[in-house]
Amino acid sequence: MEEESKKNQKSSRRTFLKKGLIASAGVAMGSGLVSACIDASSAGTGEKVKVMTTEGEIMEVDKGLLKLPRVSRQESHKGIPGKKFVMVIDLGKCKNARKCVEACQKGHHLPKSQEFMKVYLLQDSEKTSPYWFPKPCFHCDNPLCVSVCPVGATYKRTDGIVLIDNQRCIGCKFCMTGCPYSTRVFAWKHYPEFDEDKEPYSPEASSPGKEGTVSKCDFCPDLIRVGKVPYCVSACPMGVIYFGDVDEDTVTNGTETFQFSQLIRDRAGYRYLEMLGTRPCVYYLPPVDRQFPVDRGFGDLNENVKNRYKNTSYSKKFKP
Amino acid sequence: MENEPNKLLKEFAPQLEQTSIQGYAWIIFLLAVIGLGLFAFITQVTHGHEVTGMRDNVVWGVYIVNFIFFMGISYAGALISGTLHLFKTAWRKPIIRMAEFITIISLLIGPCFILLCIGRLDRLYYLVIFGRIQSPITWDVIAISTDIFGCLIFLYLALLRDLATLRDYEILQLPKWRKKLYKIMALGYTGTEEQQKRLNRATNIMAAMVISIAIIVYSVLAWIFSVTLQPGWHSTIFGPYFVIAAVFSGSAVLIVCMWVFRKIYHLEEYITKKHFVSVGLIMLVLAAFFGYFTFSDYLTKWYGSEKNDELLIQLLFKEFYWPFIISNYVGVLLPLLVVGIAKFRTITNITLTAVVVIVALWLNRYLIVVPTLESPYLPIQDSRPEWLNYTATWVEWSLTAAGVAVFCLLFTLASKFITVVPVAGLTGETKPEEALV
Repeated sequence: MEEESKKNQKSSRRTFLKKGLIASAGVAMGSGLVSACIDASSAGTGEKVKVMTTEGEIMEVDKGLLKLPRVSRQESHKGIPGKKFVMVIDLGKCKNARKCVEACQKGHHLPKSQEFMKVYLLQDSEKTSPYWFPKPCFHCDNPLCVSVCPVGATYKRTDGIVLIDNQRCIGCKFCMTGCPYSTRVFAWKHYPEFDEDKEPYSPEASSPGKEGTVSKCDFCPDLIRVGKVPYCVSACPMGVIYFGDVDEDTVTNGTETFQFSQLIRDRAGYRYLEMLGTRPCVYYLPPVDRQFPVDRGFGDLNENVKNRYKNTSYSKKFKP
Repeated sequence: MENEPNKLLKEFAPQLEQTSIQGYAWIIFLLAVIGLGLFAFITQVTHGHEVTGMRDNVVWGVYIVNFIFFMGISYAGALISGTLHLFKTAWRKPIIRMAEFITIISLLIGPCFILLCIGRLDRLYYLVIFGRIQSPITWDVIAISTDIFGCLIFLYLALLRDLATLRDYEILQLPKWRKKLYKIMALGYTGTEEQQKRLNRATNIMAAMVISIAIIVYSVLAWIFSVTLQPGWHSTIFGPYFVIAAVFSGSAVLIVCMWVFRKIYHLEEYITKKHFVSVGLIMLVLAAFFGYFTFSDYLTKWYGSEKNDELLIQLLFKEFYWPFIISNYVGVLLPLLVVGIAKFRTITNITLTAVVVIVALWLNRYLIVVPTLESPYLPIQDSRPEWLNYTATWVEWSLTAAGVAVFCLLFTLASKFITVVPVAGLTGETKPEEALV
C-alpha cells in the first residue's frame, strides 16, 4: 500500500517538475497559467468544466485534471528548485472585497473561524489616512516561528516558503507567540470543513487540517507547481496582490506583470514592521492614489465582519 | 547514637500511625476536587481545546500561568533548602523538610500544566525523537528533567537519616509493607562515621547543584517568553526577574506550610515565631528585589515608550487595574511593612501576608502572559468577544483547582509517610530548643 503510494508520489513528482518548468515560463509571461496544468499523460474523468484563463478566455478542461497533485511530507521540505517567491500587495487598490479570504478558505478547506489571509483596517496615527491591509504569512527570511519550533514541524524552504507539517506539529503554540504578525491559526477542535478534503495530506496544500495543530498561509506551493498563482492572487477582483519570483524579478497579479525591483523602487515598496528584523518576503506598496475611498470597504460586508472593525479608531468616527 | 530509640520519633509516631476522621475527610475532599479536574481533562480531550478560553490571540492562558507558578514554588524550595543547608543555618532543621517536599511536589505538578496546553498530547514523544536544540522548549525539557532528577536525589539524601531512624524504631505500629519499604529505602544506612562523611559530602554537592540548576531552569522558562518579539515579553530582565519572583513565591508558600503543619501536628515547640520571622525576613528581602525588578521593567517600558509598549501599559492600567495593583503594589509593599516593622511581626500576620503574596504572584504571572497576548503588534480585529479577550472557562479553573488539590494531597500523604520535621537531625546531640537557635 505504502510503496504504491510512494511510487505514485514519485511519478507525480516528476510531472510536477515538468509542470513547474512550463509554469515558471507561464508566470514570467503572465499568461497561459491555466493551460500549464493540463498534462496529456494524466487520466481524465471525462467530465468537462469551464475555466477562465488569466487572459479572460473561457476554455473547457477535464475535471480530473483540475485536481491539484500533492507532494509527500518529505518532498515538501525541498523548495521548488531555482525559485525565491515574493508577494507584493498594493494597498492603494484594496477595498476589502474579501474575495482573497473566501477563495483561500475554500481552497484550503478552512472553517469560517480560520483565516489564513486577514484584512485589517489600519490607521498608523490619528491624522494619517486609514487603509485596508490584507495580511498573508510574510514567509520571513529570518522566521522566529521556525527557530522556536521544538520538533521541526515548521520549516523554511530554499524557495523562501515557510510551511507547517501538521502531522509533526505537537500543538505547543510557541510559534504562534513567536510570530509578531499574528499570522498563525490553531485548530481548536475538529472542524467539519476538514473532512471535505479527501486527498492525502500534504504540507504544501495545508489540507486536510488537523485538530490540535497550527496552520497558516502557505503561498500555495501546490498551485505554483502547476503554474498557477495562489488563491488570493487570482481571486482578487482589484488585482491588489502580485506574486512572483525575486530571481526572475517578476511579479504578476494574473493580468498585469511587473518587474519586481522596478515596482518596489518606483512605488516606494516597503515591508511591514521592518524594524523587527524578521525580513519578510511580502512587500507593500503604500496606500496612495486610492482607487476607492476607505468607506467602500464596509460596503457589502455582513454584520459579523463589519463588527470586526467597529473598535478601530477610524470606524468609531465613521457613520455609514 | 542514631541506633538508640529516638525520643523525638516517639512523639511524632502518631502522625505516621493514625489518620483522624478529619484527615480522611480532607483526603476525600481533595480526591473529589481531583475528580472534577479529571472530568474537565476528559472534556478537553474529547471536545478539543475549544472548551478552554484560549483562542488564536491568547494562545496561552491559565495553564501556562499555573505552570510558571508551580515551577516557581519548586525552584524556590530548592533554592531555600539548598542555601540554608550550605550556610549551615541552625534554625533550618525543623522546616527544611517542608521546603524539600514543596520542591518535589510542585515540580511534579508544574509540567502537567504545560501538557494541558499542548494540542496533540499523543505526539508528546516527538519532543524527544524530533527534538531541536534551537528551540527554547527543548532547553526547557532538558532543564526540567535534569531538575526533577537533581531534586529527587537531593530530597532522598536528606531523607536517608530519617528512613534509617524509622527502620530502627521497632515499636512503630505500621503495616509490614511500610516497615519493609523503610528498610529498603534506608539503603543499609547505620550512621557509621564513614557513612556520615559520605552522606554529608553528597548532600553538599547536591545542594550546590540544585541551587544552580534551579537558577538555570527558571531562567530558561523566562526565556520562552523573552526570546519572542512580543511587546512586554521581549525584555532582558526576564531571566533574573523570574528567578526572584520564584523564590519570593516559594518563601511565601513555605510560611503557609509551616503554619498549617504547626497547627495540625502541634509543632509549636519546634516551629516557633523565630522561624516565621526568619523566613519572613527572607520574604521581605525578596519582596524588595521583586519590587525593584518590576519597577525597572515597567519604568523603562513606560518612560521611553514604543507604541506597543504604551498600548500594553494602557491595558494594564485599564482592564487589569486591580490585578496590577494587587500583584505589583500590595504584593510588594505588604511584606515590607508587616515583616519590616517589628510591631506587626506576629505569626498570624506573617502567614496572612504570605497568602497575599502567593495570590499576588499568581496574578503577576497572569499579567505577564495574558495582556501581552491581547495586545499584539497587529491589533486584534474580531467581532467575537471571546477571541478579543481571554476569560478562563470552568475547564481551566477545575484543572487549576485540581492542581492545588494534588499539591495538598501529595503533601498530606508525604507527611503520613515520613515526619514533616526531620527527626534524625534533631535528636541526641541537640535538644529541640538548641536546634532552633
